[in-house]
Amino acid sequence: MDISQLVFYLFAGVAVASGVLMITRKNPVYSAMYLVLTLFSVAAIYVLLDAHFLAALQIVIYAGAILVLFLFVIMLLNLGHDFVPDLRGKFWWFVGIGLGLVLFAELFVLARNAPEASGPDVLAPLLRSQGAVGAVAEPLFENYVVAVEVTGVLLLVAMVGAVVIAKRKV
Amino acid sequence: MEPLSTTAFLVSAAVKVLVIFTVWLLVVAGVTLAERKVAAWIQDRSGPNRVGPWGVLQPIADGIKNFVKEEHIPGGASRILFHLAPVMAMFPAFVVFAVIPVAAPLPTPWGLVEVIIADLPIGFLFVLALASLGVYGLTLGGWASNSKYSFLGGVRASAQMISYEVALGLSLVPIFMLAGNVTLPEMVRQQQNSLWYILPLMVGFLFFSVSYFAETNRMPFDMVEAESELVYGFHTEYSAMKFAMFMMAEYANLVTASALMATFFFGGWDIPFWTGDNISVAADGAVVGAVPAWWITLLTAASFAAKTGFFIFVFMWVRWTVPRFRYDQVMSLGWKVLIPMSVVYVAILGAAMLALDAAGIEFGVRYALSLTAINVVLMAGIVFWLDRRRIILGAAWRQVRPQQARSRG
Repeated sequence: MDISQLVFYLFAGVAVASGVLMITRKNPVYSAMYLVLTLFSVAAIYVLLDAHFLAALQIVIYAGAILVLFLFVIMLLNLGHDFVPDLRGKFWWFVGIGLGLVLFAELFVLARNAPEASGPDVLAPLLRSQGAVGAVAEPLFENYVVAVEVTGVLLLVAMVGAVVIAKRKV
Repeated sequence: MEPLSTTAFLVSAAVKVLVIFTVWLLVVAGVTLAERKVAAWIQDRSGPNRVGPWGVLQPIADGIKNFVKEEHIPGGASRILFHLAPVMAMFPAFVVFAVIPVAAPLPTPWGLVEVIIADLPIGFLFVLALASLGVYGLTLGGWASNSKYSFLGGVRASAQMISYEVALGLSLVPIFMLAGNVTLPEMVRQQQNSLWYILPLMVGFLFFSVSYFAETNRMPFDMVEAESELVYGFHTEYSAMKFAMFMMAEYANLVTASALMATFFFGGWDIPFWTGDNISVAADGAVVGAVPAWWITLLTAASFAAKTGFFIFVFMWVRWTVPRFRYDQVMSLGWKVLIPMSVVYVAILGAAMLALDAAGIEFGVRYALSLTAINVVLMAGIVFWLDRRRIILGAAWRQVRPQQARSRG
């Protein structure tokens, strides 16, 4: 077996195991830490796919910022002591299992119709000519610049909304 | 020279990891001693001088002491996270150094070896990613101790480090714009061919150093420890080797921060006013510039060590000069001063670079000097106008001024 395959199975196993542990732990701090582990393993898989920039962003933004905020809120509000499971009654169990099956089906469809122009063979020359950041930035700011700007405005609106709600006198 | 074969690459990688990390660990141990010696010097005391000549063996004595001390786990602590937290603080601090180029490429019989553990294509983003992971050790250490002082320290750590990460990232955008790349060896090469970035990006250095002081929780920003408020902050409940691991993480971050300042703004391993060390490897493996030699590698390593050592000293100097901020001052400095000013600075520099490119000036000394002129003006503006005697002179000037008026009049 190729060494990168071995690394892939290692990180994929860790990602799946910590994902399962994340939703089964009762203490939210442990759940958050398992989520960090999942995100970290997925970032390692991105590196195996030569998507270095994506891996770095995954860690900087998700593992490094968003999850720290989660942890901050969990710790500050001391959540998780009055534990009530989210899946109450048979009906919600069926809904959960149904949604899980839909996701699985999507995975199979994706695996069948995987785009051919992807993977390390296509990316390697691109990375050499433009660098890890340029390979992402150039299409983003040339072909998809309108979408980027619209997303930026959307995030700005959300941020202003959050500030307005936080400033309101209760 | 030919590129390395796979075997030579693996062997050289292993040797580099061993050599660089051994030296680096010794430096980290030495810095703990240097901190106490510099503190003693600034406060006009002798400092540690009992173990070995001038106390040079003090770090070893400290290590033995920490290993044999009794370890205490507070009641009600979350055991797993309590044990994991020091490791989670130490791991990112140690791994970050892998992407920093230490010296000029070294010629060997098997090919040219770059003296950097891992030349990652994402370069600085790796530093940012791991620096952002360092906060978990602090936060979880504080939470798992089941003590209110530790907990407050941990909560402060998470809030402060998230805030200053944004400022840290923004303060480096000008470098990426100027270098057009994020890998650190490429930045060193560009500084050799133009000016050290401290001149064309002076204001960026100011923002970067302030944010990195906060990111490493060093003195004016050490809100997470703040012994006058929180006993000893997030590691109040830690003892023996786990406490030592937190301290090692702190000093490792200090060394990394100094090395990054030297690399980004002071030319890395470049020796000033000498072109004999301008060695770089093109994409096809050809060597550009001077001929590599083992003594050039040694000289450049010494140059890198001197620059890093200077910034380590600056960190200690600041620690014993500037008093600790209040917590709300730290947060408002980050969000209301550093982040907006960095954004404005990026906009100004971007416009200046567009104008220079439009004027047809090639990247080089003239280009850098034009940016330097803009930066001098901005720096003067920041110091004299934006400051309005608040940050630099401190809040005390309001009380001082009437007295001065009285004494004069």
